[in-house]
Amino acid sequence: MEIREVSKTFGGVQAVTRVSLDVTKGDIVSVIGPNGAGKTTVLNMISGFYHPDSGRIALGGRDVTDLAPSKIAELGVARTFQNIALFRGMTVLDNLMLGRHVHMKSGVLSSFVYWGLAQKEEVRHRKRVEDIIDFLKIQDLRRRPTGSLAYGLQKRVELGRALALDPKVLLLDEPMGGMNQEEKEDMARFILDVNEEWGTTIILIEHDMGVVMDISDRVAVLDMGQKIAEGSPDEVRANPAVIKAYLGDTKGGGAREARRG
Amino acid sequence: MAELTTLPRLLLRNARDFATRTAIREKDRGIWQSYTWAEYHAQVRDFALGLAALGFKRGDRLSVIGDNRPRLYWAQVAAQCLGGVSVPVYQDSIARELAFVWNHADVSVIVAEDQEQVDKVVALRAELPTLRFVIYDDARGMLHYKHEWLKSFADVQALGREFGRTHAGDFEAAIEQGQGDDLAFVCYTSGTTGSPKGAMITHANALETAKTAMRAEDFRLDDDYLAYLPMAWVGDAFYTLIMSIVVGFAINCPESPETVQRDLRELGPTLVLAPPRIWENMLTAVQVKGADAPPLKRRVFERFRRAAEQAEILRSEDKPIPLGLRLTCALGEFFVYGPVRDQLGLRRTRWALTGGAPLGPDTFRFFRSFGVNLKQVYGSTETTGLVSLQPSREANPTTAGRPCPGIDIKIGDRGEVLVKSAGVFRGYLKNEDATREVIDRDGWFHTGDAGFIDPRGHLVIIDRAKDVGALSDGTPFAPQFVENKLKFSPYIREAVAFGDQKPFVTAMIAIDINTVGNWAERRSIAYTSYMDLSQKPEIRGLIRDEIRKCNETLPEAGKVRRFLLLTKDLEADDAEMTRTRKVRRRFVAEKYAPVLDAFYGGGDEVELVTTITYEDGRQATLKSRARLEDVEEAPVRG
Repeated sequence: MEIREVSKTFGGVQAVTRVSLDVTKGDIVSVIGPNGAGKTTVLNMISGFYHPDSGRIALGGRDVTDLAPSKIAELGVARTFQNIALFRGMTVLDNLMLGRHVHMKSGVLSSFVYWGLAQKEEVRHRKRVEDIIDFLKIQDLRRRPTGSLAYGLQKRVELGRALALDPKVLLLDEPMGGMNQEEKEDMARFILDVNEEWGTTIILIEHDMGVVMDISDRVAVLDMGQKIAEGSPDEVRANPAVIKAYLGDTKGGGAREARRG
Repeated sequence: MAELTTLPRLLLRNARDFATRTAIREKDRGIWQSYTWAEYHAQVRDFALGLAALGFKRGDRLSVIGDNRPRLYWAQVAAQCLGGVSVPVYQDSIARELAFVWNHADVSVIVAEDQEQVDKVVALRAELPTLRFVIYDDARGMLHYKHEWLKSFADVQALGREFGRTHAGDFEAAIEQGQGDDLAFVCYTSGTTGSPKGAMITHANALETAKTAMRAEDFRLDDDYLAYLPMAWVGDAFYTLIMSIVVGFAINCPESPETVQRDLRELGPTLVLAPPRIWENMLTAVQVKGADAPPLKRRVFERFRRAAEQAEILRSEDKPIPLGLRLTCALGEFFVYGPVRDQLGLRRTRWALTGGAPLGPDTFRFFRSFGVNLKQVYGSTETTGLVSLQPSREANPTTAGRPCPGIDIKIGDRGEVLVKSAGVFRGYLKNEDATREVIDRDGWFHTGDAGFIDPRGHLVIIDRAKDVGALSDGTPFAPQFVENKLKFSPYIREAVAFGDQKPFVTAMIAIDINTVGNWAERRSIAYTSYMDLSQKPEIRGLIRDEIRKCNETLPEAGKVRRFLLLTKDLEADDAEMTRTRKVRRRFVAEKYAPVLDAFYGGGDEVELVTTITYEDGRQATLKSRARLEDVEEAPVRG
């Protein structure tokens, strides 16, 4: 996947300015940065939720810059959301089956009859969903409405729903936000396993630096809508611009002064 | 085929006689997958030949670690087919304990369920000189593990099929060589003192005990059993491997530990074995559902529950049940009891056993009154899991049942229960001294439990023999007797009673965080943690009332006078309990010596400095203060 100099403004706010990112197939790439740095906007542009004002995005050599989100999903790009977006009243199983929707071919009529092809198709999809349930170890939650689950488990189900698409590229928006340490470790394990077992390319946005550095192949750092660094976790950690963006300018002492004033 | 003197020989019989009958089921991807005895046999054969190809020899030891999975059971039987020994371990053991057992038993092959378990072995690899191969069941996440000594279960079976082509008949020949006196299992008992001891159980022990069980209880070929208890526990080895192979009934493995309750309901096993805690949890679940039901339903439920209770009490006293009550119960069976049993997955259950620890009389009576044929069983690792059992018509909450046919019991010094039978184990592995301590010259096994035979001929267990002491005025004192009464309270999870050589009885109590937490929430008492909750004055009041209730059933001298609420639960990881949740009394008394001093020396507060051990062996210290409480207003001070 290739992202070339994409920019996006909302009204007068320059959210993202000429950001480029190369994602090699099979990599785990993290986008980090302070709040409001434009991370989610980049993700939204990749998934087709927003269209960049300038620049282009290509997937496997094909230009996808102006495609609708549904088209991009059909090309094998799945995502999760910062604020969980599941159908709260539906069971875990139904939410996952819904994730298979793009792959379903039966029309309304044949589904209604539910015989022959439609049934075979349903069984095939259910099998895939069961694989994912097994993978994420949520066998005990199959019939539970997602709204009744603990936050960390909902995040896990959301990952499952994205996986149900059989994505080539998985976009994760703060998959570990609001989790405790144990839940974070579990989630990191799942992300690594998805990447290893199915070779899925993963782009994730995360605040927790520790986790990001542990699991990523490459890290890109955004600040004020611009990319200020990119490289392996070690390179990024040592980059002075990154330290400055995260910890503030050591000489300035701006925060202290502001409080005094 | 020679006589059926070993489990592998019986497996061959099953593959021949019950070829198309279901031997084992596993819930996978949400569907119950069945394997017949013919398939069971083929799986075991392929794996055994694979092991043989890897150099596994007669007398070698194979350990399994993980949840109850068919492959882990097949691995155990495969090892036994080659004349090897199975050494199952508790998967929640901390690293130090695992390393001890694997080294002590000279384990050469470990079959691990998944990555989580493999990681434990990998971390200990350097400390395990006798270990040659680690074989994993679930390949998930194992892609980047590149070790010569690490293999997948499927690969070993493939190797076995390959090997079998050039070594036709090896498998059968190996089984032919096996004798009844060969070791089948080494089951480690966590032991309330010192290091774990490995109880050596032979095929003869296993098969003789199986015969005893079949004479004492009704086992059928078409039975279904759910295997969900830890594999390292002798009870699981006995029912899931030994009884299933001897009788030929089907074993069912749940999907995951979290789905057991649901799987139980789907399956409706005909035989159920569960420790008291599980029965208590089931009862709580029923009560919670009952309390949440709309008023009409609740009244119907209550009405029929009371009727069932009355009938059960009359039945246990051998009194006639009046016609009206009998009619009510018949109606109740249709509207309440049957549906409740169905919800719990006990609809098809012909008999259910509870053992390992006493079950509260209320819980016991509830299940019996609702038509579950619940009975108590008594046994230990050293007796291959079976000594006595309650016949269905004599079930009651106080005894451990009638000694099974062929098992001799007598009461020795200090009221200790002695057992002699063909099921008594051969001894502790590499521990002659310990063996001599428990098996005397005449072959009696000293159980270490104090008990007596009641007029009906039932065995009654009071306590561990070495724990029975006396108060300073000479009144006999059995701590466990007091503790069990305390633990019948839903709010008390664990209790440790003191009183030997002391003027009165005291108890340290660990609250049940779930029930007490729920109690606190309903009264809008805010709390942050176990420690915080346990030291709330309201909670102390709650527990004091519970102790008073319990004291009513205790003799005057044996009443609990003072107590303290612990700021953390007792944990096996902290060596305060055994893996089967028995209090390690001596260790606890030493560890909490300041509490004991304060109990008898006066003082109202004590500082607890406790060390917490995490599962990976890391330790942390926890300091807290706990108040000592008097049960009655005017305490008796020594």
